[in-house]
Amino acid sequence: MKRLIFSYAQKGIIYVLLLILGFVYLYPIIFMVTTSLMDMEDLVNPTVKWIPTSLYFGNFAIALKVLDYGKSLLASLAMAGLPAIFQTISCALIGYGFARMEFPLKGLWFAMLIFSFLLPAQVTMIPKYIMFNAYGMINTPLPSLLPALLGQGIRSTIFVLIFYQFFHSYPKSMDEAAQIDGANTWTIFLRIALPMSIPSIVVSLIFSFVWYWNETYLSGIFFGRVIQTLPMKLQAFVDSYSRLYPTSDGSTVNALNESIRMAGTLLTIIPLIIFYLILQKQFVESIDRTGITGE
Amino acid sequence: MDNAKAGNKKRLTLRKRNAIEGYLFISPWLIGFFLFTAFPFFYSLYLSLSKVNITPQGITAQWNGLSNYIDIFTKDIEFVPALIDTVIFVGLSTPLIIVAALLIALMLNSQFKGRSVFRAIYFLPVIIISGPVMSELINNKAINIIEPTRYSIYQIFKTLPLNIGSPIIYVFDNMVTILWFSGVQILIFLAGIQKIDKALYEAAQIDGASSWEIFWKIILPDLMPLALINAIYTIVDVATFPNNKINVEIASNMFKTGNVYSYSSAMSWTYCLIIFVILGIAFLILRDRRSES
Repeated sequence: MKRLIFSYAQKGIIYVLLLILGFVYLYPIIFMVTTSLMDMEDLVNPTVKWIPTSLYFGNFAIALKVLDYGKSLLASLAMAGLPAIFQTISCALIGYGFARMEFPLKGLWFAMLIFSFLLPAQVTMIPKYIMFNAYGMINTPLPSLLPALLGQGIRSTIFVLIFYQFFHSYPKSMDEAAQIDGANTWTIFLRIALPMSIPSIVVSLIFSFVWYWNETYLSGIFFGRVIQTLPMKLQAFVDSYSRLYPTSDGSTVNALNESIRMAGTLLTIIPLIIFYLILQKQFVESIDRTGITGE
Repeated sequence: MDNAKAGNKKRLTLRKRNAIEGYLFISPWLIGFFLFTAFPFFYSLYLSLSKVNITPQGITAQWNGLSNYIDIFTKDIEFVPALIDTVIFVGLSTPLIIVAALLIALMLNSQFKGRSVFRAIYFLPVIIISGPVMSELINNKAINIIEPTRYSIYQIFKTLPLNIGSPIIYVFDNMVTILWFSGVQILIFLAGIQKIDKALYEAAQIDGASSWEIFWKIILPDLMPLALINAIYTIVDVATFPNNKINVEIASNMFKTGNVYSYSSAMSWTYCLIIFVILGIAFLILRDRRSES
């Protein structure tokens, strides 16, 4: 009995702690939603802290325009979707090679694979820029697509390891049976290994998509002047706003306020949140598939 | 005898074929590694030791010795503060993120309703975190969950000696950032805790061990390898985050007039070395000591 009460108390404490933590986690998002729905009056009214007196959607109309939403949404989808597909294809191949074949210097290459994860992208950025510039690839999507296709995209190492782990653990007898039936390695990879690895493919696709979507540092330098994704547009929000709504005449009617900026931020992450709501289970269960916790 | 020889030969060619096929499968990575990682790695070292000129024929690099490195440390008034700022950010955030992730994972491990909802909430920032979104949130005070200056307790910490007080103030100021960077780490710890053999707990409980003892004697030693993985992931994640002062500095000096490319190459190489030192420290602290004894 005493033990039962104790365990209930323990559960209660954990519950409260988790709720507080959950609030801290969601605080910026709650702040974003409520602030973006406030009109000018609510924003300056000190008695209105959280709940707007009326729902005002004007901020979103302005933010949609400033972000050039339709165009930059398409750019974001393309510049996240294509590298994600390319990265998944290359990492599946590479992971299969490392997992199922024995070849000289395998250990060395594997070590280099880990090393390339640890190396900050800032170090290789400038020579890459010079290289892409020499081939006229700056301001095209190629500086993002080519590394993805060659297993050097954003955190490619993690995805290679996910595929490595998967192909390493599935029974080799499947391959051998196919081999006896006369299938060559390529057919085995395409017809047997790949269809079985769909869970790994999903993990690789969705994480690549999210990480490419959120990347602005390299892509801003490589093609930011021509292709503007949503996060890049958000980065330039203040500038774009003042170009669309100049306040040079000194009036404060058009002044940029935090409600509009929060509406812009919310619009930038909404596609990702929808994506997450749909695939939430896949995201959260992904860690188990990496195999880093050992089997 | 002949049969065995033939078999041997066949196995050898099989091995050779396997090796060729292996190289074919990893060839995209090999090409990519040399093109986009190994060559740029050494080329940026070379650039950092050169003076680069852009001519109509292309770029020319002249040997310049260590002068870029000397300049960034002695003449640049922004580099050293930016570097220190980032090192403090990485050095303080990493242990805090690891501890926070471990505590949250422990809490999430118990059985109760709504567990998956909490897990989903804690992982959400991993999906939406990006440089521009973070800057907007910081600029518009959306992450100042508590305005610490309003509370007297904050003033008490301020009066403490700097080396005790400042990390505590740091935690207050960066609470949301620390939590937002810990989504992946929580899941890694959680998966690790769930893999620990339940029989071990039960045996310990029968022997009269408390939850406290079980945590320190069974759970924590088992999670050490994962703590190392988490530390490495955190350092890489935090160090390459585009809003870091040093990363802003590197990008903004890339086309510095009179010293294009080479000046910020020296910055990025310096930064890279420091990150490797931090990774090395993390490795020394968290490496598996059990296997040594």
